[in-house]
Amino acid sequence: MAKFQISRRKFLTAGSLGLSGIALSGCDAFDSGLGIGGGLRSFLENANGLTYRAQRLLAGRDALAPEFTEADIRQPQRPNGVTAPDDDTYKGLLANNFADWRLEVTGLVEKPLSLTREQLQNMPSRTQITRHDCVEGWSCIAKWTGTPLSLVLDQAMVKPQARYVMFHCLDTIEQSLSGNIKYYGTIDLIDARHPQTILAYGLNGKPLPVENGAPLRVRVERQLGYKMPKYLYKIELVDSFATIGGGRGGYWEDNGYDWYGGI
Amino acid sequence: MDAVANNQSAPKADAKDTTLIYRQSRWTRLTHWLWAFSLFFMLLSGLQIFNARPQLYLGKQSGFEFNNTILEIGAENTANGPRGFTAILGHRFDTTGVLGWSGPPGQETPRAFPAWATIPSYYDLGTARVVHFFFAWILTATLLVWLIAGLINGHIRRDLAPRVSDLRKLPKDIVDHAKLKFHHTREYNTLQKMAYGGVLFVALPLMIVTGLAMSPSMDSVLPWLNEILGGRQTARTIHFTVMVLLVLFFVIHILMILAAGPINELRSIITGWYRTDPPAKHDQSTERSA
Repeated sequence: MAKFQISRRKFLTAGSLGLSGIALSGCDAFDSGLGIGGGLRSFLENANGLTYRAQRLLAGRDALAPEFTEADIRQPQRPNGVTAPDDDTYKGLLANNFADWRLEVTGLVEKPLSLTREQLQNMPSRTQITRHDCVEGWSCIAKWTGTPLSLVLDQAMVKPQARYVMFHCLDTIEQSLSGNIKYYGTIDLIDARHPQTILAYGLNGKPLPVENGAPLRVRVERQLGYKMPKYLYKIELVDSFATIGGGRGGYWEDNGYDWYGGI
Repeated sequence: MDAVANNQSAPKADAKDTTLIYRQSRWTRLTHWLWAFSLFFMLLSGLQIFNARPQLYLGKQSGFEFNNTILEIGAENTANGPRGFTAILGHRFDTTGVLGWSGPPGQETPRAFPAWATIPSYYDLGTARVVHFFFAWILTATLLVWLIAGLINGHIRRDLAPRVSDLRKLPKDIVDHAKLKFHHTREYNTLQKMAYGGVLFVALPLMIVTGLAMSPSMDSVLPWLNEILGGRQTARTIHFTVMVLLVLFFVIHILMILAAGPINELRSIITGWYRTDPPAKHDQSTERSA
């Protein structure tokens, strides 16, 4: 991961230099220096790479997020972000109860896939009661049912040069002058192959509701909610996300969130 | 190391026969200022992060369909226009202008903590998290450096470890502090030991632990942590509560320094040298009021 290569010594040295730099500037200057792409911002963001490496070291590939009991499901899963996509494509698919919806698996794979909902649901499934942690600070416990992403990746046969899984979504998250921005996000292959990473089509024993991402959403249980895109229609294996969107690996990342959302 | 200088008198003593001693080692001074600096940024970015969800809950999850909220800062429309409120354990306070509803006159916005108390001043959760976690690393590394240095150079054992005599001195120490009567000695007094020890061995480690407990990835490494703490949302509530205690410590710390003689206190935490009171026979002259 070239993006996150920074030695401890370099980090600490640069850290002390950065500290004196901040000390010299006032609060307003601090505000303005924090813009995405700015030197100070980029420097501070190195901490996310350190967190990523430290947590990967500690958690390894397969440490499981805590799972809870039925008694802990005390409320419907709280929806956030887009809860009713206004996109014509989506509304058309929804009107037909997603019969025409397909999950495309493309990019750096030997065997691109196009799966119907039925095909996905006929694959082995995993059901888990987990706690959804939103970056805002709230948590909500719910039961998720879905196809382990690793099974889909195995079926598509990921090429060795692939490093990230990119999720493409049907919902427009932002309308801008240069066009509509649809939600997207990336995770690394370690999280993609994590046993609890599933493509969920069921919530609390029922089909996944629209507000929670129907027909399919991702669950990445060791990261925060913004790393779990909803309204999924395409999975693309990539070796880099530098040229996509703002180049930071996701919609919220392009708007300033850290790429690694495990903290 | 530094202890060598302990009993050496500085070349110059003033007319009152006081003595300059080398009280704070370079490790204590360096880590003190790194903490001061990083805690400042952690506090202000932390308040910004809190603004994204200005409620505190008890338990594993946040109650949306049930009530486990113990603190809420918000804004509401009233007959007198929008007002800010803070509700703690069912008690509701009007905090317009500071908490819940604040900003320049005519440009107030709903926000839990006001712009002057957050980094960035405008609403930006992503940036606040970048700042918060950067300084979390600095703070934690500093605490480790301090712990190792303090164990090696004897600072922790000599200056902070509580002794039986501390307990004996406690009542008089409380009275002296209440009267703003300070003794300038090499040793910390009992309340000082309790305050510094409480911050360094309880509050800061608890901040780190509750912070880690909120990380979903760390939760997979240390699942028992949230169980001990009472759930992720309780961990978040403890994180916030300890923040309030640290702010309280800061306020008292500054007041005590002002009362005990800011020049002398500042010199010792910058240069290490501290002017102590003259020997006991002149005890009367050491009393000072602020």
